[in-house]
Amino acid sequence: MKQFIKNTLLVAASLWSVATLAADPTVPLDKANVDLHDKASLQRGAQLFMNYCLGCHSMQYQRYNRTFKDLEIPEELGVENLQFTGEKVGDLVTNAMTAEDAGNWFGTTAPDLTLVSRVRGADWIYTYLRSFYVDESRPFGVNNAVFPAVGMPHALQELQGVPRKTTEQRMIDGEMQDVYVGIKADGSGMLTEAEYDQAALDLTNFLVYTGEPMMLQQKRIGWYVFGFLLVFLIFAILLKREFFKDVK
Amino acid sequence: MSNAPVDKGRRRFLTVATSVVGAAGAVGVAVPFIASWNPSEKAKNAGAPVEVNIGKAEPGQLVRVEWRGQPVWVVRRTPEMLASLEAVNDQLRDPNSDEPQQPEYAKNLHRSRKEEFFVAVGICTHLGCSPQFLDQGMGEYVEGAETGFFCPCHGSVFDIAGRVFQGVPAPYNLVVPPHYYISDTTILIGEDGGQA
Amino acid sequence: MKKLIAWFDERIPMTKTWNIHLAQYPAPKNFNFWYIFGVLATLVLVNQILTGIWLTMNYVPSAEGAFASVEFIMRDIEYGWLLRYMHSTGASAFFVVVYLHMFRGMMYGSYQKPRELLWVFGMLIFLVLMAEAFMGYLLPWGQMSYWGAQVIISLFGAIPIIGDDLTLWIRGDYVISGATLNRFFALHVIALPLVLVILVFLHIIALHEVGSNNPEGVSIKKPKGSVPESEKPKFTFHERFTKKYDIVDAFPFFPYYIVKDLVGVAIFLFFFCYVIFFAPAMGGLFLEPPNFEAANPLKTPAHIAPVWYFTPFYAILRAVPDKLFGVILMFGAIVALFVLPWLDRGKVRSIRYRSTIHKVNLTVFAISFIALGYLGLKPATEVYTMFARIFTFLYFAFFVVLFFYSKNENTKPVPERITK
Repeated sequence: MKQFIKNTLLVAASLWSVATLAADPTVPLDKANVDLHDKASLQRGAQLFMNYCLGCHSMQYQRYNRTFKDLEIPEELGVENLQFTGEKVGDLVTNAMTAEDAGNWFGTTAPDLTLVSRVRGADWIYTYLRSFYVDESRPFGVNNAVFPAVGMPHALQELQGVPRKTTEQRMIDGEMQDVYVGIKADGSGMLTEAEYDQAALDLTNFLVYTGEPMMLQQKRIGWYVFGFLLVFLIFAILLKREFFKDVK
Repeated sequence: MSNAPVDKGRRRFLTVATSVVGAAGAVGVAVPFIASWNPSEKAKNAGAPVEVNIGKAEPGQLVRVEWRGQPVWVVRRTPEMLASLEAVNDQLRDPNSDEPQQPEYAKNLHRSRKEEFFVAVGICTHLGCSPQFLDQGMGEYVEGAETGFFCPCHGSVFDIAGRVFQGVPAPYNLVVPPHYYISDTTILIGEDGGQA
Repeated sequence: MKKLIAWFDERIPMTKTWNIHLAQYPAPKNFNFWYIFGVLATLVLVNQILTGIWLTMNYVPSAEGAFASVEFIMRDIEYGWLLRYMHSTGASAFFVVVYLHMFRGMMYGSYQKPRELLWVFGMLIFLVLMAEAFMGYLLPWGQMSYWGAQVIISLFGAIPIIGDDLTLWIRGDYVISGATLNRFFALHVIALPLVLVILVFLHIIALHEVGSNNPEGVSIKKPKGSVPESEKPKFTFHERFTKKYDIVDAFPFFPYYIVKDLVGVAIFLFFFCYVIFFAPAMGGLFLEPPNFEAANPLKTPAHIAPVWYFTPFYAILRAVPDKLFGVILMFGAIVALFVLPWLDRGKVRSIRYRSTIHKVNLTVFAISFIALGYLGLKPATEVYTMFARIFTFLYFAFFVVLFFYSKNENTKPVPERITK
């Protein structure tokens, strides 16, 4: 049975030596209460992204000026504080890292993050950002609870502090056992735990925005369309009733 | 269609009303299709205003830059060139720049913000060739002129303020694009700087 | 105005066509909810063609540029996101209305004599539509585009002897590549739409030749002279219809069904626009999350599922523990629908007057189809595979059982006329 599934479901995959880096679905994801109307949160998220992520991860489908406009950041302020590489304000948010460099440094290219929220979902990103923990067996000394064998360092460590997996002694089946209860930072970071969670949420919020920057406009237009359709429907019903008087 | 006794007025009203609402809907649907033909963000970025450094331009020199895919000239005019402007007035088609070929701030004798620097789109108003800048020898084409622009395609001639001479195919003066001085040595082409 | 129309009428059959197909076309008076889906399919077709043309203006059909060009359309083109969502939502909407349209035909026996060819044209439309959708789904060049196409094209490898050469020929490369993308693009934007439009034309010609069926399954054409003048409808029908028959219980398509369909269209647009503006990915059903990652030939997504409209057939494919037989069965599921007019030997059309066994049979078929669609989205665990086998069996059982009981079916008496 197993053999059959493998053969038919992944007919194609069998042709390839497959390197799957899928998320481990067994870790429950925390709910990310993202809010695209919260411009302050989005601005903080943008700042975090430009400072901590853009070094390796590009955002190659998103433009600076669009971001500034949507996040209500005055253009001069944005150029001064959020653009580090001297591009034009209308340019795409790219970085200087080549795929070759990335391959040498990390063994893989750092994925572009423009659409990561549409691939993974907000909850996954939010949980991921808060799930790094120390694991000396890994090349960068850290691993991630929702992304086992993650291929990047903990970029936000200076904010969070050194995170460790913590366990608690609990009575299970009459025996004391160590139970994994989550990740705790050692307090050496610049932010408190609550502040770090907020920062992770801000960053998640920003990534949700970049995944669908048209979302707010889209919904606004949607309501107008519904309004129009309602008017049209009423007239259509009246018209139909009027004509069907002939055939009743 | 039908021969049933009906309230013709009500029927006509509803038909017209539904048609009007439907037509409004069709117009609404057309909006994204039409709007999508506007320049994209990419094109707008590529066509963004450009800065020109004029600090190093010698008197009598032409600096060429590209703006929205078109050549834009910045000419640093010599006093002699400026002096020639009045002299050719009666040989020109539109000596006072009455046609809207320039922003309001360039509607003057020298067709520029500062007398010395002339900014123009280097495209002939006849059929779109790019004229040559003649810092001398213009007399070959126009009697009494020393400098100006000559279009090799159909022989249109313009004076050193881009004003077209009479008797050539080009109908209008050269276009002066919106521009302003960021500093004494830098011009931004493509924006008025709010002083239009 | 009259003169102008006369001028045209002398040269092309303008008024005549209008009358035959709309203003004097007799449509049964008892069309219900189920009869809206043909009109909606036409509407969606127009939507797909228009938005498709506009997307082509900025789409780049190359392995290097395809994914980025879609994002370019979504972000940098004014209202590009709307055009794209109209197209992607339209693809799913097309299958929603076509499946309901087909089910309508099955319920009311619209495939039975003399409408066999009408049904076959419809099935051809369905087949071309599937090819069109499949090729269109490769174009965004995301992970699901790539690996979905990889799996489906590999199906052809199951064909004995020529299989491997055939897959190579379809791809034009050793893997799915820019060459595959370009040929799919050409077929998706030119060839298949052209075929589709021609088939739709033939479908409508066939429909208007034999006339529409209706929920009662009773003909509105009665022998000439058999209907007293007082019972004839008060409308004028084209002599093409009245020359040989007396038409009863009908009224002209225009304006009556046009205005009725407007109501249906408006209601449909509420659902359609809800998806476009508020849930364009439809929870991952219409736009699958892995497809927002550019195609990567070296990395398979953890779980590959085709888009929802293919999953009933995909579930049948997976239910069979043999590649070739699975492929045969999957295509068999479509072939069975093609020959439905000849499998059903019943004389009564509408489900309203057919036997209980037929009602049960059709209900089980509908449930099986939906269940297979659901199972095709799920990973093939052992439990799911077991269910997929059960429902595959029931899917085919519908046709087999139908063939046998329909010969001497215990039907209810069918009224002479549409009574309602």
